[in-house]
Amino acid sequence: MSEAVIAVALVWVAASGTAVVLTRDPLRQAFTAGFFGLALAFLYLSLQAGDVALSQIVVGAIALPLIVLLSLAKVRKDHE
Amino acid sequence: MSRRARLIFFAVAAAGLAVTLGAGLAGLPSFGSQITAYARMLNELAPRQRHITDVVSAISFDYRGIDTLFEEFILLAAVAGISVLLRPLSDEIRKLPDDKAPDRAIPPPSPAVWLLAVFLSSLLVLTGLETVTHGQLTPGGGFQGGVILASALYVVYLGTNYVTVERFQPVPLLEASDGVGASGYILIGLLGLLAGTDFLSNVVGLGVTGNLISGGTISLLNLVVGVEVAGSFAILASEFLDQTAVIRTRQR
Repeated sequence: MSEAVIAVALVWVAASGTAVVLTRDPLRQAFTAGFFGLALAFLYLSLQAGDVALSQIVVGAIALPLIVLLSLAKVRKDHE
Repeated sequence: MSRRARLIFFAVAAAGLAVTLGAGLAGLPSFGSQITAYARMLNELAPRQRHITDVVSAISFDYRGIDTLFEEFILLAAVAGISVLLRPLSDEIRKLPDDKAPDRAIPPPSPAVWLLAVFLSSLLVLTGLETVTHGQLTPGGGFQGGVILASALYVVYLGTNYVTVERFQPVPLLEASDGVGASGYILIGLLGLLAGTDFLSNVVGLGVTGNLISGGTISLLNLVVGVEVAGSFAILASEFLDQTAVIRTRQR
């Protein structure tokens, strides 16, 4: 049973990681990277690493998208 | 470098990577194998030695507390570096954008968004405090809880505007919490020296396993780390937000 959950998590990580690489637009990439972070958190949780999963959630869901989105907004504002 | 030389260079590097990575992967324990002797030992000893129920906290704040000390200062240095990099440069000014249509007022956020922000930010503060204070009992701790606390400020910005969120994040307070949190880690470490043992020894009363006040210095260190991380991530957010909202090139 737990092997099946880990297998699902690994496939999810592989698929969403590939999606991040194949996304060319930085704005959309911020969203696919968010889903990749969620997949990683699920993988850590399925391997019973609760602390690491929580760290991954707060960094992947809060810190990283904030920095990426605000940087993109700054770059676009300078182009105007 | 010509295309041919680059390809040869790539082939050599890829072959080297394949050999070393293959050898490393071949030596990994097989999937689903038993946990290591070190992990078994810690699972057995940590709850009895340190009166905690989250063994990871005991490792990162006690058995390997010095590693976490360095990580705290990596975060402090990174945030200080970002503050220096993102300051207004000599050809830039801090100024809110000009209102191009002063006769038309900016519509306030809808009551639904405002209500969601009030609800969500108070929930985030509560979850953050819960995560920081229960580090020794459940997964989570100072770092995770600190980021959750800082994220309450982002929600205030989403529900209101730049001027309002500035009132919620006084810079001196944020910078002080960053520095006080980081130095608090060292001060708690020095308690060990005062007690006549080693730096970062767990010399405070350990309490009863499973209680909120337990684990000795582990829960104290979680608190100071929470204060530092909350300050750090709030500074990080406000520096990036300033760049987007108010820092612009000076008009000549």
